[in-house]
Amino acid sequence: MATKVHMEALSPTMEEGRLVKWNKHEGDPVKSGDTLAEVETDKAVMELVARSDGQLLKVLVPEGTTVPVGNIVAWIGKPGEKVDGAGSTEQGAAAPKAGPSPAAPAPKAPAPAPLAAPADATRVKASPLAKRIAKDAGVDLKLVQGSGPGGRVIKRDVEGGAAQVRAVAAPAQSSVLRAPSGAAYEDIALTQIRKTIAKRLAASIGPIPHFFLTTEIDMERAAEAREALNKQLGETGGKISFNDIVIKAVALALVQHRACNAWFQEDHIRYWNEVHIGMAVAIEDGLITPVIRNADMKSLRQIGEESRELAGRARTRRLKPEEYTGATFSVSNLGMFDIDQFTAVINPPEAGIVAIGSIVAKAVPDGDRVVVRRRLRVTMSCDHRVIDGATGAAYLKTLKQMLENPLAMLL
Amino acid sequence: MATLTYRDALNQALREEMQRDPNVFLMGEEVGVYQGAYKVSRGLLEEFGAKRVVDTPIAELGFAGIGVGAAMGGLRPVIEFMTWNFAVLALDQIVNSAAKMLYMSGGQIRMPIVFRGPNGAALQLGSQHSQAWESWVAHIPGLKVVAPATPADAKGLLKSAIRDNNPVIVLEGEMLYNMKGEVPDGEHIVPIGLAEIKRPGTDVTLVCHSKTLAVALKAADQLAEQNVSAEVLDLRSIRPLDEAAILESVKKTNRAVVVEEGWPHAGIGAQIVDLIQRDAFDDLDAPVQRVTQADVPMPYNKVLERAAKASPEKVVAAARRVLYLE
Repeated sequence: MATKVHMEALSPTMEEGRLVKWNKHEGDPVKSGDTLAEVETDKAVMELVARSDGQLLKVLVPEGTTVPVGNIVAWIGKPGEKVDGAGSTEQGAAAPKAGPSPAAPAPKAPAPAPLAAPADATRVKASPLAKRIAKDAGVDLKLVQGSGPGGRVIKRDVEGGAAQVRAVAAPAQSSVLRAPSGAAYEDIALTQIRKTIAKRLAASIGPIPHFFLTTEIDMERAAEAREALNKQLGETGGKISFNDIVIKAVALALVQHRACNAWFQEDHIRYWNEVHIGMAVAIEDGLITPVIRNADMKSLRQIGEESRELAGRARTRRLKPEEYTGATFSVSNLGMFDIDQFTAVINPPEAGIVAIGSIVAKAVPDGDRVVVRRRLRVTMSCDHRVIDGATGAAYLKTLKQMLENPLAMLL
Repeated sequence: MATLTYRDALNQALREEMQRDPNVFLMGEEVGVYQGAYKVSRGLLEEFGAKRVVDTPIAELGFAGIGVGAAMGGLRPVIEFMTWNFAVLALDQIVNSAAKMLYMSGGQIRMPIVFRGPNGAALQLGSQHSQAWESWVAHIPGLKVVAPATPADAKGLLKSAIRDNNPVIVLEGEMLYNMKGEVPDGEHIVPIGLAEIKRPGTDVTLVCHSKTLAVALKAADQLAEQNVSAEVLDLRSIRPLDEAAILESVKKTNRAVVVEEGWPHAGIGAQIVDLIQRDAFDDLDAPVQRVTQADVPMPYNKVLERAAKASPEKVVAAARRVLYLE
């Protein structure tokens, strides 16, 4: 009997996916585990793999189409087998559309009413046994691809612990800025990542009572330390950046101020004993925050190597879900864009984020004379449900001390 | 230990119990002079006389009622039905008298009676004579129900049934009477309410009883060729049910297929699925599957009859479904 290929939930928050590219075509033989297609989720481009052996009988969804999780995208079966060609893919499909030209404005067709609600992407279907095994092993079922009927996670999917989640190369991106036709405007469907950003950040600035604390930090000694360290590293490899020093200081200061290293949960606050720093990285058409785990315990060199590696893969959209989730606190740095100071939006459930501006040479009083010093303005956004003004101020003071006297980081 | 047929194992149990206890007697159609429609009572009239091996008219309600009265009076009757299909006529005595007497007399009147006979389909007996009775009788509080699948279990369970002070339904099988197997000599007792693993395995539990044991064992052989290790659990008793044995096996294999002769609706398998989902929920890796007779009166046509019955192929397919191999 032919089996259905569903759009699977390939990331924890995925509700729909855009079919980027079919790697197999109608008539191709497929084996369980083969990559059928590349699918853009809200976070990355992932592989959709075959769950059965046979021939790819029918492809129901053309490349570029967005499909809700749970919908049928293809059929696999024996050669010559008859399958249902219509599938349930029409609903919710949204391909990029060009707007009407000014000369011939066409009335927009009403959007078809959804025939059925898309599968609830937040619900993971798993056998009771698989749930128990996952719980005992500390495996997040949302990260596991189920191989049972309808994507049910079963024993064999959770045996041996972690899930197999693979990312693939990003597709070639078309420029958003250029208008290719003479049309008055161009409608470009929201990409999955843009939809997620919209949802997440609206969910943040709305319900979270933010407040902001800004301080100016003298970076003269940090700059000297950095120059000395880089001289010592010489040609052996990666240089230490200001960003690395800031991440390290942010992490170490959090060790002293656990009150700021916390998650707001509906009925409780989770104070973390580990420090995982989310590092906002701008990527084409969005941003993502890869996580440097246990940043307080890593050397500047390790942080530097890791952050460059993660940022590189973030830009090519090759991050795995576990690499961009689970931060306890975040850092956003717009220093390279010549921004003096800004406020960053908290990434819930984290309770705080620090926004790093440019390091700017400024004239500052030193006793009775004026000297030129390299200065950095840092703004901390706090979730007032977790962090109070004085708590945040105390944290910032420690951070400032560490950056103004980098030796303090050795304490 | 001797190799006996199922029918001779039953005969041995009857003879030994009649020798052991003068209150035990056998009553039914053709049990005496004809020595039983299926020769289960061979030689008993000669050995024990007409007072203890009683031929009756064709009147199931009547002789079932005489049996109930004898049990109330202190005897231990064994009532043979030529087939359980004929016991439909005796249901009032079984359900309303035998099953309720101990309860309604406030524990004063015991009911040490056995109702026995062949159960379920044989070959082309038509729909009225091919019915599996397990779920009909197991539904009734006050009755115990056993369904032995092997000669040894037939002897051991019939002896337990005769010695029990409650009414016990013994479901035999026309297709089982010629089955041969090793049967322990003398005092061989199989307690009522104990299942037995007839073949150990690790990947899926096949729950069966009576004639479906052979079906499940064949299915297990076929599954073994597909590298699937099936455990075959023979219930032996339908009421009381050996819940601990079922749960222990399912907790080991995480998957179950229940095979029975009867119809699916409100069948024995439904009772077992209920138990498993409630008490082994966190150990299940797949929904429990059932293999039953098709939900129709048993066809007379040979091909259709075969298609309607539980078969090793159906059990293998169900096992592959719970193993996510389909």
